[in-house]
Amino acid sequence: MTTTTTTTTAKVQNPSYSEAFQSGVREEMTRNPGIFILGTDLIERGGHFAQVKGIAQEFGHERVKDSPISEAAMVAAGVGAAMYGCHPIVDLNFIDFAFGAMDEILNQAAKIRFMFNGKVPLVIRATSGVALGGAHHCNSLEALFASTPGLSVAVPSTPMDVKGLIKTALRAEDPVIFLMHKKLSGIRGEIAGENYFVPFGKAKSVREGKDAAIISYGYSIVTAQKAAQALEAEGISVEIIDLRTLFPLDEEAINNAVKKYGRVVVLDEAPVFGSITAEIAATATERNFSSLKGPIVRVGGVRAPISANPAMADAAIPTVASIMTAVKKVMSY
Amino acid sequence: MSIPDKATSLALLREMMVIRDFEETADKLSLRGKVSGGMHNSSGQEAVAVGVLSALDKFDVIASTHRSHHHTLAKGFTPREIMAELFTRATGISGGRGASMHLGDVERGHFGGNGIVGAGVGIAMGAALGIQQKGDKKVSVGFVGDGGMNTGRTWEAINMAVIWKLPLIVIVDNNQYAVETFVGRVTGGGDLAKRAEGFGMKAFNIDGMDVLEVRKYTSEARARALAGEGPTFINALTYRYYGHNVGEKGQYRTLEEIEQWRTTKDPIDRFIKVVLDAGYASQAEVDELRASVRAEIEDAVAFADSSPEPDVSTIYDDVDSGMLGVQL
Repeated sequence: MTTTTTTTTAKVQNPSYSEAFQSGVREEMTRNPGIFILGTDLIERGGHFAQVKGIAQEFGHERVKDSPISEAAMVAAGVGAAMYGCHPIVDLNFIDFAFGAMDEILNQAAKIRFMFNGKVPLVIRATSGVALGGAHHCNSLEALFASTPGLSVAVPSTPMDVKGLIKTALRAEDPVIFLMHKKLSGIRGEIAGENYFVPFGKAKSVREGKDAAIISYGYSIVTAQKAAQALEAEGISVEIIDLRTLFPLDEEAINNAVKKYGRVVVLDEAPVFGSITAEIAATATERNFSSLKGPIVRVGGVRAPISANPAMADAAIPTVASIMTAVKKVMSY
Repeated sequence: MSIPDKATSLALLREMMVIRDFEETADKLSLRGKVSGGMHNSSGQEAVAVGVLSALDKFDVIASTHRSHHHTLAKGFTPREIMAELFTRATGISGGRGASMHLGDVERGHFGGNGIVGAGVGIAMGAALGIQQKGDKKVSVGFVGDGGMNTGRTWEAINMAVIWKLPLIVIVDNNQYAVETFVGRVTGGGDLAKRAEGFGMKAFNIDGMDVLEVRKYTSEARARALAGEGPTFINALTYRYYGHNVGEKGQYRTLEEIEQWRTTKDPIDRFIKVVLDAGYASQAEVDELRASVRAEIEDAVAFADSSPEPDVSTIYDDVDSGMLGVQL
């Protein structure tokens, strides 16, 4: 099949989160012939979240490859091809499916540069986060990847950041875990042009505040914003900081928030035990204990598998009410 | 089987001698505590490594296993840089970060030994996909042992290579024991080539103690891969003379069994006979060859022993590229 390289960056007005991914990938694929995408149901279906819709038709079936459901081999294919000099995007569909490729990700991709005088420019994209679908499709694995030396983890919450981060990932030489939250798939927003890159390790303030800060990422940013609005009505002004990447982690932004407010809530959907929120709270406490007016409060998931029942799934993760309670607690110090 | 010319034949013989001497020397050094983390000795398996690698181009890619010294030596890496790696010195091929199981240099086409059984074939398959994507005229070879033949992901990778007709050669360096477990006890169906055929792959069971047979089958597989005819599976039956790891007290096989393989099937002894019969060398010249190998390995040990340790302060170097944080 011939590969068409005419770029159709037709301006999508107010693109969705998935379309933002398409836009960034299209631009980088046009620029770099070494980029190809490998995953299941990509060509006709465009991926389960339309994240690569139309790209196979535009770039050809060599550059968008429909794979058998073989997660270990999919990631290994990406690792080997990356070592050889390509820049593959392996689309694992749901991040839960990474369990079938854990050795390839944690033990192989992450360590090759350190030992073997080589590069592994590889993006592993997957949909993540808690939504409907039950226990096997709602694992929060961010902490596992972020704590593995050699891996970087992106967790964008807006179309702008999806595009800016995937473009950065596709210009670097590292294995990147690129997590797109299920419940953000349909959100819409602005995206920037071809030369806009979001650096990893640089958080963004998404809401100004005067009294306290919430540090979070992914879909929790949406919940945090609702909580902040409700708190505003009660006279509490909260800044929201979107980490955007979990490794590298923007420690400067975290430290600044601690120093500025002394009242900090950290928030995500993962079970609290051993989570990223634990890492943030511990690091911030070690570095800036004297700036804190009281303990950092963590809000996270319960230590239980995610249920398929909608009410039980909601009860497993932070809510507007639980975030408000946490903010009021730090305000009480 | 036709015999290669004199220079090639003597090179094959010498390389097998290098591996044997290297392994037996390193084995002793390991017992003396010189090899950090121990090692896996490949003595007995020389014909697989030398037969395969002598049929490849130096730009072809390999990915290896936890028993990787012989593949790495046959790929053209020097005894010096491999011995130095076993000593975890800065001059080793992985800068002292890998030791016995993690020999590799991506830029020179060696995609790594591997501490995890069954991981290498997938990486080699990925390299073959990279070759295909770039339209290069190269092949990728994935080594796997009989133990790795019972990992699921190896067969995932084989399936992928078949459906995409990748330029991949899977070599089963089948020494018949996964640590202490005999392959026949744990391998359903028994016949590995038949298994691979079930995946639609061209597959052969061959004599892995015969360097020329291994070389011939690899050569043909390489030609098919370059012609776009896809991957080949070669199960090379061989035997390891020493334990799974240095210092092992093996009670899972008899001394008679080991002795029988050593005295009747040894790949080096067999090939010396071929070389003598062809008139390529006299016994005295074979002895000289062995002496020159001995000197080379002693030099490698001296080099490793006198090489500097890596600077511990480099521990963060090359964990990642540092490029992700940079505004491009």
